[in-house]
Amino acid sequence: MSNVPANLKYTKSHEWIQDMGDGTVNIGITDHAQSLLGDLVFIELPEVDSEVSAGDECAVVESVKAASDVFTPLSGTVIGVNEALADTPELINKDAYGDGWLMKLKLSDNNELKDLIDASAYEEVAAEDH
Amino acid sequence: MGKKTPLYDAHVKHDAKIVDFGGWDMPLHYGSQIEEHHEVRRTAGMFDVSHMTVLELRGEKVVDFLRKLLANDVARLKDKGKALYSCMLNEKGGVIDDLIVYYMEDDWFRMVVNAATHDKDVAWITKQAQAFSVKVDEPEGLSMIAVQGPEARDKTHQVIDKTLAEKAASAKRFYAVTDGETFIGRTGYTGEDGYEIILPANKVMDLWNALYNAGVRPCGLGARDTLRLEAGMNLYGTDMDEEISPLEAGLAWTVAWEPEDRDFIGRQVIEQQRGQNGTRKLVGLILEGKGVLRNHQKVFVNGDEGEITSGSFSPTLGKAIAFARIPKNETEQCEVEMRGKRVPALIVKPPFVRDGKACV
Repeated sequence: MSNVPANLKYTKSHEWIQDMGDGTVNIGITDHAQSLLGDLVFIELPEVDSEVSAGDECAVVESVKAASDVFTPLSGTVIGVNEALADTPELINKDAYGDGWLMKLKLSDNNELKDLIDASAYEEVAAEDH
Repeated sequence: MGKKTPLYDAHVKHDAKIVDFGGWDMPLHYGSQIEEHHEVRRTAGMFDVSHMTVLELRGEKVVDFLRKLLANDVARLKDKGKALYSCMLNEKGGVIDDLIVYYMEDDWFRMVVNAATHDKDVAWITKQAQAFSVKVDEPEGLSMIAVQGPEARDKTHQVIDKTLAEKAASAKRFYAVTDGETFIGRTGYTGEDGYEIILPANKVMDLWNALYNAGVRPCGLGARDTLRLEAGMNLYGTDMDEEISPLEAGLAWTVAWEPEDRDFIGRQVIEQQRGQNGTRKLVGLILEGKGVLRNHQKVFVNGDEGEITSGSFSPTLGKAIAFARIPKNETEQCEVEMRGKRVPALIVKPPFVRDGKACV
């Protein structure tokens, strides 16, 4: 079974969200998602300072097997992206919740956090996927 | 649940991701197919290829039979143990399968064909063999390991019987040696030096474990696919099939046109295609930008349209590469339709990588 840390929030489309508690979040893809994709080889990230709305396609992660869109579950401004992924996309395979993070957002609507699911709900989503 | 090879438990033990391949439960990777790929290019890796089919062909007229059956000519094999790669064509010149045949004795050839084509291959070969009174046997209980990479031969010599190791060490490329029940061919599907070892199924686990302990890493079908693509080697069912002739699959070099009176199956049709302008070509593509080329993406060359037959990411080059079938091959530039956009790609002549080095 994949690793699903209890301190994070999730989406049904396999993104994780870490609420930093100061109106910003970190976003990445789950360990389950990277395991389905296999070795990642290219990551396309949004521009820093760009505005995104919940549901927007904001990144593309491409593995030896398939290209997959990443959707932002929250609206706000991109305040940082993981530049290291350009040369070492395998960070996502090795550490999906740490060094393999994708981007940081400054939220425009904190209420959207309520739409995210918790670790136990995500575990059910991931289990159905098998 | 598919068929399992005698090494299935070893794959599970090494945390393999198991996938269906032609009805067999086979390892896709053991964690990272890219790391496995690099290991084969840099040191040594091993593949369970026990799903492949070994056939024994015996009879006084076995040479005549194979000169009829295959587009390449077994009369080119002068020494015992020598291997030949060939296509087996239907009457329309389409490829039924690609295979390797080894000259064992004047009345005995050993053949290795693909797993997914097993049933139709055996049916076709058996049918054609009747006119030559050649006996086609599929020996039970054989397994096969491919050990590939610059250190593959040395590491294999360390773990096999001394007599066999000495024989294997003296084998030239594309030759096989045997000792008792073990057969070692200096062949492979990766573009690296190494062996394909055929042995009794009840001994294969011991060899696998011995190789593992000697530092040979288990590699799955994922790495096998990117290695063969870099090496410019076709995959049956993907790059060619029964509707595609060897000339349209980059395999003209495997067709023996001389002597002219050798009437192999399919010759009449592909003879007409030969030198004809309308014959499609299989070429290599390299993507200069980001992204990964995928099977069936459309390719545009000077207004003509072609298709990618095998596309993937080349771990050695760090770029996407592919084989594509295009109407004409007169330029070095083309465009590929990727995720709704047309992006430029370079047309090259495979292989992309041989013996660990980039060659494009």
